[in-house]
Amino acid sequence: MSAENRMKRKFDQLAAGKKKGLITYVMAGDPDLETTVRLAQTMEQAGADFIELGIPFSDPVADGAAIQKAAQRALERGVRMAQIIQAASQIRVRTQIPLILMTYYNPVVQYGREEFVRDAVGAGVDGLIVPDLPCEEAGPLLEVADSCGLALIPLVAPTTNERRLKKIGLCARGFVYCVSVTGVTGAREHISTDLGEFTARVRAQINLPLAIGFGIAGPRQAAQAAPFCDAVVVGSAIVNVVAEHGSLADFAVAKLIRDIKSALG
Amino acid sequence: MKMDLQLPDERGYFGRFGGRYVPETLMSALEELEEAYLAVREDPEFRRELDYYLKNYVGRPTPLYFAERLTKELGGARIFLKREDLNHTGAHKINNTIGQILLARRMGKKRIIAETGAGQHGVATATAAALFGLECVVYMGEEDMARQALNVFRMRLLGAEVASVTTGSKTLKDAMNEALRDWVTNVQTTYYLIGSVAGPHPYPMMVRDFQKIIGEETKEQIMACTAGRLPDYVLACVGGGSNSLGIFYSFLNDEEVRLIGVEAAGRGLATGLHAATLSCGRPGVLHGSFSYVLQDEDGQINLAHSISAGLDYPGVGPEHSFLKESGRVVYTAVTDEEALEAFCLLTRTEGILPALESAHALAQAVKMAPDLPPEQVIVVNLSGRGDKDVETVSKILEGKARVG
Repeated sequence: MSAENRMKRKFDQLAAGKKKGLITYVMAGDPDLETTVRLAQTMEQAGADFIELGIPFSDPVADGAAIQKAAQRALERGVRMAQIIQAASQIRVRTQIPLILMTYYNPVVQYGREEFVRDAVGAGVDGLIVPDLPCEEAGPLLEVADSCGLALIPLVAPTTNERRLKKIGLCARGFVYCVSVTGVTGAREHISTDLGEFTARVRAQINLPLAIGFGIAGPRQAAQAAPFCDAVVVGSAIVNVVAEHGSLADFAVAKLIRDIKSALG
Repeated sequence: MKMDLQLPDERGYFGRFGGRYVPETLMSALEELEEAYLAVREDPEFRRELDYYLKNYVGRPTPLYFAERLTKELGGARIFLKREDLNHTGAHKINNTIGQILLARRMGKKRIIAETGAGQHGVATATAAALFGLECVVYMGEEDMARQALNVFRMRLLGAEVASVTTGSKTLKDAMNEALRDWVTNVQTTYYLIGSVAGPHPYPMMVRDFQKIIGEETKEQIMACTAGRLPDYVLACVGGGSNSLGIFYSFLNDEEVRLIGVEAAGRGLATGLHAATLSCGRPGVLHGSFSYVLQDEDGQINLAHSISAGLDYPGVGPEHSFLKESGRVVYTAVTDEEALEAFCLLTRTEGILPALESAHALAQAVKMAPDLPPEQVIVVNLSGRGDKDVETVSKILEGKARVG
């Protein structure tokens, strides 16, 4: 099945069942890639609808402490880009869940844009999120991604104005990742952004499914975000569980995901 | 070859370098900043205000000083020093912080954040914030805070909060990451005052514009000393690259003037322990722009190494990458050891303690001058004073004395 189809079919299924999707993030290689591959399956079995695989970067400016530290642990263990793409293909062999890579731009540039997209699609990856690549700079990567059927998923923030939303709409693929807070990634007690107003502004300009992420710490925040979007993203909360339990994190991660899933209704 | 002084283009590119590689959260703020800056750039009232503070507060113009004893000692080309160390707060950094703080005031921002390596930009920012009664937070790597304890104390006296950065290499690179994260979080209320010609557009352009006064003054001053003749060489150290671009910019279209940027070779380029981004790096994306970067095969950013905290940075401003590839500026590197020797030599011959950063540019002059005829002129940008480095230098010299 082609990449965009796996994501689109999942969103269609969710919409048909009037369900909200759950996108779960793990840092590739934390604590090791074997665990990452197994956690992807664990997360799917616990109710995840999409898997987001983080590629560690030495200087992650959009990330809070939890993901920064996870990246540092993964890099200290010596994980390499080629191994991560291989891990993605191992996940793909085991499941048809939509698979999204999240990476900063420099590792993609150094791997080679064409080579990266080709290898990612070859491994069965469906989408790509690059948090430091605004639409103005996305042209060269978007062209390659489009030609290979890899969805380049944009981020929008509460600070994104109408003019920018229009521009982003033109290069948005797959879904729109709505950053719920003006800030970096990290589990938070409260989401103070007016999500209703924010997502209405986004929907007025972009006709794609919306996911809300950043700050979804648990069931309570997931339930708060769910009415305004098609899926929620849980990242740092899972990364924190993995940080605590390491390669034995499956049970605790599954519990967190089941709790969030049931809060989504 | 004529250089295009209109760069960057409207997307913030100098040739293939520059741009805006930042989280979407910051994009509106960068657009707002660019608009505000372009408006004040054309505003004579802003210019008057800036000139007033540069003259009466910073102490400009700074002298261009003929280093006669140093010249005699080396026995070759005549060496002139552009005395940016005589600016208020002791370095060129304040040219930019005064400019940006006036802009921040016009934009109605009440909170200022900055990153700092050696602490000179942090001190200059804290000073400008104190002058206008603005809240100020300076991010500084833990390791740099230890190396530059005096500057940390100065910033605190000036009323700034110095936030210790404990991630990554605990130096300038990580301080900049942390400042960017603060800005992403507090973008509506906060002005991010970047101290180098690095970062996303419009910073490389704006910081260059505020620093180009160094070269403008130098050009006028040297021609007054040499009966209208331009210098043969202009030398400046390059970390992020603000003092060097500041002094080079006015000479870009004077083809007879050779411009040399001096990077930190640390313990030697072959050891891998250096900060020579243009000499040894590859183009990539760091801190919001596409430029040369020290990195591994996977694009992970390498740690830089230099005796000088201000040069200890694995990136460089995008305009420098452009000037390197165009061939207009030649970039070279000198080691910790050579910089230290130049530091001692200038102190002994001229009674001037240069910053360890500036000592790198000076070390290159020390290498070149003896082989050049006495009618030739070398201008060295003495970007800062070395009081802040006395402790570092004394530790090294004491260590050597023990070993010796």
